[in-house]
Amino acid sequence: MKKLINDPGAVVRDALGGLAIAHPSFLHVSQEPAFVTRCDSPVAGKVALVSGGGSGHEPLHVGFVGSGMLDAACPGEVFTSPTPDQILAATHAVHGGAGVLYIVKNYTGDVLNFEMAQEMASAEGIEVESVLVNDDVAVKDSTYTAGRRGVAGTVFVEKIAGARAEAGGSLAVVKAVAEKVVANVRSMGMALTSCSVPAAGQPTFSLGDGEMEVGIGIHGEPGRERVPLRSATEIVDILAEPVIADLGLWPGEEVAALVNGMGGTPLLELYVVAGALGRLLAERNLKAPFILVGNFVTSLEMAGCSISILRLDEELKELLLAPATTLAWPSWVSASREAT
Amino acid sequence: MITSSSIASWLRKAAAEVASHRDELTALDAAIGDADHGINLQRGFAAVLGRMEAGNPAEKTPAALSKEAGMVLVASVGGASGPLYGTFFLRFGGALGDQRELDAATLAAAFRAGLEGIRQRGKAELGEKTMIDAWQPAVEALESAVAAGKPLEVAMWAAAAAAQAGAEATTPMVARKGRASYMGERSRGHQDPGATSTALLVKAAAEAFSERE
Repeated sequence: MKKLINDPGAVVRDALGGLAIAHPSFLHVSQEPAFVTRCDSPVAGKVALVSGGGSGHEPLHVGFVGSGMLDAACPGEVFTSPTPDQILAATHAVHGGAGVLYIVKNYTGDVLNFEMAQEMASAEGIEVESVLVNDDVAVKDSTYTAGRRGVAGTVFVEKIAGARAEAGGSLAVVKAVAEKVVANVRSMGMALTSCSVPAAGQPTFSLGDGEMEVGIGIHGEPGRERVPLRSATEIVDILAEPVIADLGLWPGEEVAALVNGMGGTPLLELYVVAGALGRLLAERNLKAPFILVGNFVTSLEMAGCSISILRLDEELKELLLAPATTLAWPSWVSASREAT
Repeated sequence: MITSSSIASWLRKAAAEVASHRDELTALDAAIGDADHGINLQRGFAAVLGRMEAGNPAEKTPAALSKEAGMVLVASVGGASGPLYGTFFLRFGGALGDQRELDAATLAAAFRAGLEGIRQRGKAELGEKTMIDAWQPAVEALESAVAAGKPLEVAMWAAAAAAQAGAEATTPMVARKGRASYMGERSRGHQDPGATSTALLVKAAAEAFSERE
């Protein structure tokens, strides 16, 4: 394992320290316990959005803290959910009197820790609701599993719920739109290489030279199947078809699409994927005003990508195109508002 | 009799067991989860010892020591195992009242309270390839040995053996809870990391509670 680190046990702490030094006037960084907030927190009268999860998925979630998206992000250890004391401290820091919405990716650890934090905050009289993101179609949603995983579609939930909260929506309204996004976004990913958790010191799994893992999770968890490597265009078919089928999209519907890098894939390749996805959507007569391309929800240095598709209606489109100022949400999205 | 010193000894032995099996637990987790179980538990139990040794554990009640350990685990482990093990020690401590010397029946009731706490928090049942598959047989073995009038150390070793057997029995199971459930049939053939660490904790308890002062 070769990594740009000082100490495998201090990676999250050191990175948060760097974040504080790099963006002193934009973000407030707390180390003990670890959380990051907008520097203007708490925003009085605004519903506060708190998310979090294991580190190693950057820019998620810290990169989406800012006006129009999250009020706070709670980074756990690498691939490990944050703890209730962190989440509670972040809740205190951003609660502006209008309630707090937790955006939680559907993993058992995240669910349990956010649940405990919600119980603690409620006991103090803070109104907290939570929404579970479960967009990964690689995992069957059944009573025999923990349910579908939350992956890159989380970005759409944070963006749209954030815009709703910024526009003055009540906690119930913000929660409702977040759930609407969850109901209308699906994703699927694939990996070309593994990732190495710094504290583990070795790759989480191994893939042969000519192999890829289809349906990979964002922690290197196995997905649907391990198959021979294909071309980018064929891979887009493999990823996008189940997403479109699961959403039950009809010709003529409008969607937002995200080609997400897993951390170790060059943008050059992600744009090859975006081209293939755009052609596939056009063949299906699905209207995509734009495709987001880049590293949004990563898995350390894993090579690979995921495709997310969100079914749009007027409300979701309006909120998606609303301005947001964060480290990682692209500003061209709201600038392209007129053109779409 | 079991005292605060016995609880402190349990926590020290548990920390040592977790540390010496760190890589094994992480490897089990890499097979069906996300490769952090040993790392997280080692960090958590190190934090528990750090908090405990900063004070004088013998001066506290067994309940206070156990609850403190639970709070530290909840705040330092993360993942699913943080809330689950943390809840175990919080409920375990909650069942001890302010007694300074614990008999076998009280201990068995505290282990039962811990198990029920894990069940409520994680919503898992026997046979779903989780730590419940080690905790439940351990608690049942402890209860029946205590009910049969066996000495505590005999009952605790029966619990440790049952936890170990329960952990091993998870190997052929298909996971239905937690991250491993995403693998479906592919989770077969791997021992559950949470059940494995539970067997280590119960073994540490058997060792600690067999000590003669």
